[in-house]
Amino acid sequence: MKELLLIFVPVAGSALAAVWPSERTRPWLLPAVGLIHTVLSLWLLIVPPEVAPHAWLAFDPLARAVLPAVSLLFLACAAYGVSYLRVRAERPNRVFVSLLLLVLGLLSAGHQARHLGLLWITTEAVTLAAVPLLHFNATPRAFEATWKYLLVGGTGVALSLLGSFCLGYASLHGGGQGDLTFVALTAQGAGLSQPWVLTAWVLLLVGYGTKMGLAPMHTWKPDAYGEAPGIVGAILAGGVTTVAFTALLRVRMVVDAAGDGAIADRTLLAIGMFSMIVAALFLLGTRDMKRMLAYSSVEHMGILIIGAGFGKLGVGAALFHVWSNSLTKGALFLSAGNMHRAAGGRTMDEIGGMSSLTPYSAAIFVAGLFAVTACPPFGPFFSELALVRAGFESHHGITVGVFLGCLLFAFFGLTRLVFAIVDGRPRTALKKGGKRFPEDAGVIAPALVLMALSVWVGLATPSVLREAWAAAVAQLFPAS
Amino acid sequence: MSPSVNLLVGVAMGLNLLALGSGRLPAVIRAVSVQGMALGVMPLIMEHHFDWLVTVVAFFTVAVKGFVIPHLLSRATRAANVERENQPFIGFVPSLLLGAGGTIAAVALSRALPLLPEHTGSLLVPGAIASVLTGFVMLIGRAKAISQVCGYLILENGIYLFGLLLINATPLLVEAGILLDLTVGIFVIGIIVDRIQRAFDSLDTRKLTVLRE
Repeated sequence: MKELLLIFVPVAGSALAAVWPSERTRPWLLPAVGLIHTVLSLWLLIVPPEVAPHAWLAFDPLARAVLPAVSLLFLACAAYGVSYLRVRAERPNRVFVSLLLLVLGLLSAGHQARHLGLLWITTEAVTLAAVPLLHFNATPRAFEATWKYLLVGGTGVALSLLGSFCLGYASLHGGGQGDLTFVALTAQGAGLSQPWVLTAWVLLLVGYGTKMGLAPMHTWKPDAYGEAPGIVGAILAGGVTTVAFTALLRVRMVVDAAGDGAIADRTLLAIGMFSMIVAALFLLGTRDMKRMLAYSSVEHMGILIIGAGFGKLGVGAALFHVWSNSLTKGALFLSAGNMHRAAGGRTMDEIGGMSSLTPYSAAIFVAGLFAVTACPPFGPFFSELALVRAGFESHHGITVGVFLGCLLFAFFGLTRLVFAIVDGRPRTALKKGGKRFPEDAGVIAPALVLMALSVWVGLATPSVLREAWAAAVAQLFPAS
Repeated sequence: MSPSVNLLVGVAMGLNLLALGSGRLPAVIRAVSVQGMALGVMPLIMEHHFDWLVTVVAFFTVAVKGFVIPHLLSRATRAANVERENQPFIGFVPSLLLGAGGTIAAVALSRALPLLPEHTGSLLVPGAIASVLTGFVMLIGRAKAISQVCGYLILENGIYLFGLLLINATPLLVEAGILLDLTVGIFVIGIIVDRIQRAFDSLDTRKLTVLRE
């Protein structure tokens, strides 16, 4: 029952926000719902519920291994959202608050979906619910970004629907009933029609890969993350991409059961490496800090996908990386949002010297930089270390080499841009004498908490999390 | 598969070519609208016995794809005062040739695909592939936002055709959810088109070039 509350509470909160009369108090619904959601998901993490095998929606081990990370990220973003919407009092926030809560509810449903059709419906609905969040700023640039997001993302979800139908047809053609629950598809296993399984795999990889932002389907990402408010970027990068990743893990399990696991792993490694290479190259060139975060997200999606291609150990490391990446990206987006607001610009040509204008946000941003580039003692260091080890143990030496090379180039690109913005003489894109951006606890604490969580998940990974990841791996690799 | 289903799929494939070859936006919108209605009634023909859920879904599909969405799109064209697709990225004759070649290739390809015996003679699969290709040609080849939306609709129609292969297997609940999502999607796209028109005073996507590396 609690697992359904994870969906219903945010949806009810969303409906409540839509009718809430006061603009000033409405944002408080965000942390209220976020808190309930976090308590519920942590509770379910510690006391996992029974899973009925043929249920369409269930808090199964895979959902248990990732959904609490999304909850924590949302809660921090929601707390930040209260201060953010107070600063942006000139924009009406009814649609924003309502849809942000709806996104949380749909994300919870998507992580728990065990039916291919239901999974598609929820991911498509998340895509659509995020649209008004992207153009919250209502600038021409924001509409341009939204249009690209809709066209590229819409085509991606259309292809994943076609892929879902192909997988259904694989079941029918193999003599099955066309039952689209993952349990039934996996049970049919080698009985699925091979050509249709492979067609479905390609389409679903492209479709959900677009949602994740894997290269070369990543083109919407820099635009959307660049133009959206920081909290929306954080939730897109840490939550929406995670749903697409778990979708791919579930589909990979079916393809593996059909006997094509080796082909699936090869394609995963190829597309993962390509994403990392593309991201590393663009990171060397970009001059905009929010677009930089988008390319860094493309890189980390590549890391997740490479992990998924490394077999059992790799999937475990990738689930670890989901946590460390979501929490770190959240801190980066929120602190970048503060600096953007204080300086009125986002590129290294417009702004500089942020360490004296917004000292706390700049410090968190630099810490986040070292975290995403996998420096100890932050979470990503430990998860990527586990991934490298998984790569060597599954004899993928060359992939690991490419992986490490891309990390190095990404490090060059990120440090170049971050220190250009943080160091030096203060420069802003704002006119002199404007109101100074107050760096109060409301905008600093959420980013700081996320950063602390990122350190904690790496240094002192709780045993319950390790156990949850192991259970998810056991669910995804039932045979061995 | 009954001959009337094949007839309707044939009509849909013809409308693909009409949409590809026409430069007048109202004509493209009308083609998409008729195609949507033709597809909407197909579940009624394919089901052998009366089912109220099928009827409701079919009615809803015809209403949305045949009337609501085309109405939204024609209102947007009138508001933006665009009648014609000038200077598309891929010209009309080349896109028509691409569409015709794609249709022939789709028919040839579907002979090679492993299909169930009851689907082998049917035009459903070639129709689906041809529509998906047409949709892609229009998405890539047209510059006006409205034409791109029409391309997206044709792409969706192709996927819908493929989905009809599974009509007896998947619960209609899923189909209804998918239809709902698509409808909301088109509404959202319609709203964004409207905003782009106001923000840029044009529906030409060539003007959307601020964001780039």
